Amino acid sequence: MDIATWLPVAWYFVIGFGVLMYVLLDGFVLGLGILAPFAEDGDQLDNMMNTAAPIWDGNETWLVLGGTALFAAFPKAYAILLSALYLPVLMMLIALIFRGVAFEFRFKARRAKAFWGGAFALGSMVAAFAQGLILGALVEGMPLEEGKYLGGAFDWFSPFSMLTGVAVVFGYALLGAGWLILKTEGPLQAVARGVTRPLVLVVVAFMGLVSAWLPFLESQVMARWFDGGNFWWLAPVPLLALANAVLLWRAAMRKGRDAGPFLLTLSFFVLGFIGLVIGIWPNIIPPSLSIWDAASPPSTQVFTLVGLVVLLPIILGYTAWSYSVFRGKVRADAGYH
Amino acid sequence: MDALLLSRIQFGFLITFHILFPAFTIGLAHWLAFLEWRWLRTRDGKWRDLYFFWLRIFAISFGMGVVSGIVMSFQFGTNWAVLSERAGAILGPLLSYEVLTAFFLEASFLGVMLFGWNRVSPKLHFFSTCMVALGTLFSTFWILSANSWMQTPQGHELIDGMFHPVDWLAVIFNPSFPYRLAHMVLAAFITTCFVIGGVGAWYLRRGVHVEEGRRMLKLAVAFAAIALPLQVLVGDLHGLNVGEHQPVKLAAMEAHWEAGEPGAGVPLVLFALPDAANETNRYELAIPRLGSLILTHSWDGEIEPLTAVPASDRPPVAPVFWAFRIMVGLGMAMLLLAMLSTWAWWRGWLFESRWLLDGWRLLSPAGFVALVAGWYVVEIGRQPWVVYGLLRTSEAVSPNITAAAVMSSLAIYATAYAVIFGAGIRYLLGLVRKGPLPYEESPDTEGGDRTPARPLSVGDREDAHTEGR
Repeated sequence: MDIATWLPVAWYFVIGFGVLMYVLLDGFVLGLGILAPFAEDGDQLDNMMNTAAPIWDGNETWLVLGGTALFAAFPKAYAILLSALYLPVLMMLIALIFRGVAFEFRFKARRAKAFWGGAFALGSMVAAFAQGLILGALVEGMPLEEGKYLGGAFDWFSPFSMLTGVAVVFGYALLGAGWLILKTEGPLQAVARGVTRPLVLVVVAFMGLVSAWLPFLESQVMARWFDGGNFWWLAPVPLLALANAVLLWRAAMRKGRDAGPFLLTLSFFVLGFIGLVIGIWPNIIPPSLSIWDAASPPSTQVFTLVGLVVLLPIILGYTAWSYSVFRGKVRADAGYH
Repeated sequence: MDALLLSRIQFGFLITFHILFPAFTIGLAHWLAFLEWRWLRTRDGKWRDLYFFWLRIFAISFGMGVVSGIVMSFQFGTNWAVLSERAGAILGPLLSYEVLTAFFLEASFLGVMLFGWNRVSPKLHFFSTCMVALGTLFSTFWILSANSWMQTPQGHELIDGMFHPVDWLAVIFNPSFPYRLAHMVLAAFITTCFVIGGVGAWYLRRGVHVEEGRRMLKLAVAFAAIALPLQVLVGDLHGLNVGEHQPVKLAAMEAHWEAGEPGAGVPLVLFALPDAANETNRYELAIPRLGSLILTHSWDGEIEPLTAVPASDRPPVAPVFWAFRIMVGLGMAMLLLAMLSTWAWWRGWLFESRWLLDGWRLLSPAGFVALVAGWYVVEIGRQPWVVYGLLRTSEAVSPNITAAAVMSSLAIYATAYAVIFGAGIRYLLGLVRKGPLPYEESPDTEGGDRTPARPLSVGDREDAHTEGR
C-alpha cells in the first residue's frame, strides 16, 4: 500500500478520535447545561458549574482540534461541510459563545446572575442540538457534483436531522448526569441519579429510532451494516451497546460506586460512535466524497501527523494531570480554596 | 451588498474583536508570571495581591479570547471555502500546530492557574502560570506564520490552483514572518504594559492602592522605556521588508501615487485625502525627501508608486494610509510618554506629576487602538489579494452561501458580541475599580457566607465580604 492510500485512512481515525474526545468531554459539560433546569436553586447550579469550571476550556479545545485537523487533512471536506451547513454551524458557535462566557460572567454578575445561568442552560441545549443536526445532515448525505455542493441554504432541515438533534441533547444530558453522580454528593447527586434512568430509556429509544431510519435514507450511509453477511460480523456492536445500557440502568441507583454510571455512559457513547464511524467509512462526506478524494497532499498529511504523534501523548498526559488535580467531590458550600 | 462584501465585513468585524483579547492576554500572562515569581522570591504579600487582582482580569479576558477564537477557526470554512480548499494544505497544518502546541497547553494549565492555588504546591502553580504564558507565545508563533505566509507566500507549488507544500521550513519561516512576529509580540506586550501603567496611575491619582499603584507604574515605565524604542526599530525593519515584498502596500501606506523627478526622492506625506479616482492626493502636506530617508534609509531612494500597477491590483488607499498614521502617531505618543516618565522617575517626581499620571491614564487604551490600526494596514493593505499575488479575495469566498445567509450571520454575531463584550468590559472595569484586595487565608470558615463557591476568585468571595460590611 502506498503512502497516499494509507495516510487518509490514518487521518480518518485521527479525526474520528478527536471528534470522539470532544463528544465525550464537552458532551458532559454541555450535559450540565442541559440539566441546569433541574437544579433546585442558584447554589445548586453554582455547584454543577463548579464541577466543570477548571476543565471545560480544555474539553472544548477538542472541537477546535477536530476543525483544524479536518482543515489540514481534508481541506475539501472542511470547505464543503462548513459552507453547506452555514446556519447550523453559526447556531452552534453562537450557543458555544454564550455557554463559555457564562462560566466567567455568572460569578461576576450581581443583577444579571440569572441571565447568565439562563445563557449557560440555553447555550448548552442549542449547541448540543446544532451538533446533532450537523451529524444528521452529514449522515443523510450531501449531494455533490464535480466537488461542488448542490444543495441550498436550508437543505440540512429535515425530519431526520431534527431527530438526531434532539437525540444528541438527551445523550449529552445522560453524560452530564453521570458526571454529576461522580463529582457531587447529597441533594444534587440525588437529582442526577433521579434523571439517569429516564434518560437511559429515552436515549436507547432514540438510538433505536435513528438506527431504524438509516436503511431508508438515500445516502445509504449504513448500507455496510446490511450488506451480505456483514451484519453478523458487526452485530457485537449493537449487542454490546444494549448490554451497556442495561448495566447503566442498574448502576444508576447503586449507592457507593459513584464512578460507575459515568464510565458506563462513556462506553455507551464510544460504542454508538464506533457504529457511526463504521457506517460512514470510507466517505468523509457521504454519499460520494471519499477520504481519498478529499485528502490534502501527502506532504501536508505527513507533516501534521508527525506533530500529532509527538504532541498528542503529551497533551493527554497533562490533561489527565489537570483532571487529577481536581479529582474528588466538589462540595456544595465551598470552592477549591 | 453581495456575499463577498458581507463576508469581508464579517471577517473584519470578528477578527477586530477577537484580536483585542489575545493581544492583551499575551502580555498579561507574562506579567502574571513575573508577579508570581516576585511573590515566591520575596514572600511580600503585595505581590500576591497584585497577582490575584490581575488573574481575575486575565480570566475574563482569556475567556472572551477563547470564545471569539473558536468562531475564527470555523470562519475559513464557512465563508472562505475556496481559500480553504486551495490553501488548506498549507494553512490547515499551521493552525493544527497552534492547537496542538498552544491551545491545549493554555487551557489545561489555565484551570490549575485559576483554581489550583490550594491544590498544588506553590512551585507547581508557578509552573502552570509559566506554561500558560508559553502557550500564548506558541499560539502567536503559528498564527502569525499562517498570516505571514498569506502575505509573502513561498515554499509551495501551485497544481491546478491548489497550493501544495514543498518545503515546510520555507513555508513557516517565510520572508515577512520574523519581522511580523517580533512586531506583534512587542505590540502585545506594550498594549498590556500601558493598561498596567494606566491602572497604576489612576490609583495614584485617586490616592487609593498607593503602594500597588506605584509598583505597577514603575514597572510599566521601565518596560515601556525599553520596549518602545525597540518597537520603533522593529517597525522600521518591518517597513523595509514590506517595501521589498509588498511594494504596492507600502505605496498605499504612504499614499505615493506617482514617481517623482529622478533624484528627488520620496516625500513624507503628513496629511492628505487620498483620491483613488484621480490617482492623487488632495490637501497634501508633505516634507520632501523624508519619505526616502525613512523608507529606504537614503536621501534619494525611490519606492514603487501605486500607478506602477493597474488599479485592479491596488488596495483601498485611504484606510491603509490613515490606519498607518494612527498607529505611528500613537506609537510616538507612547514613546514620548515613556521617555518623559523615565526622566521624571530619575528626577524623583514621577508619582507627583498630575499631568504625567493623566498621560498614562489617557494612553492606557492606546496600545489596543494602535494594534488594531496596524492590523488594518496589514490586512487591507494586502487587498485585493487573500494570498498575495496568487489568489484574489473575490475568488476565495464560498460559492454556495447567499447574501441573506451572511447578512443574518453578521447581524447575529454583531448582536451577540455587543451583549458579550459589553458585559465583559463592564465586569473588567468593575474589577479595576475595586482594585487589588488583601488576600485572606482559609476564607471558608468566615461568617459562613454562602457566596459562589468559586475559587476563581479570591475576588468573588471578597466581593461578598465587602458587601456585607
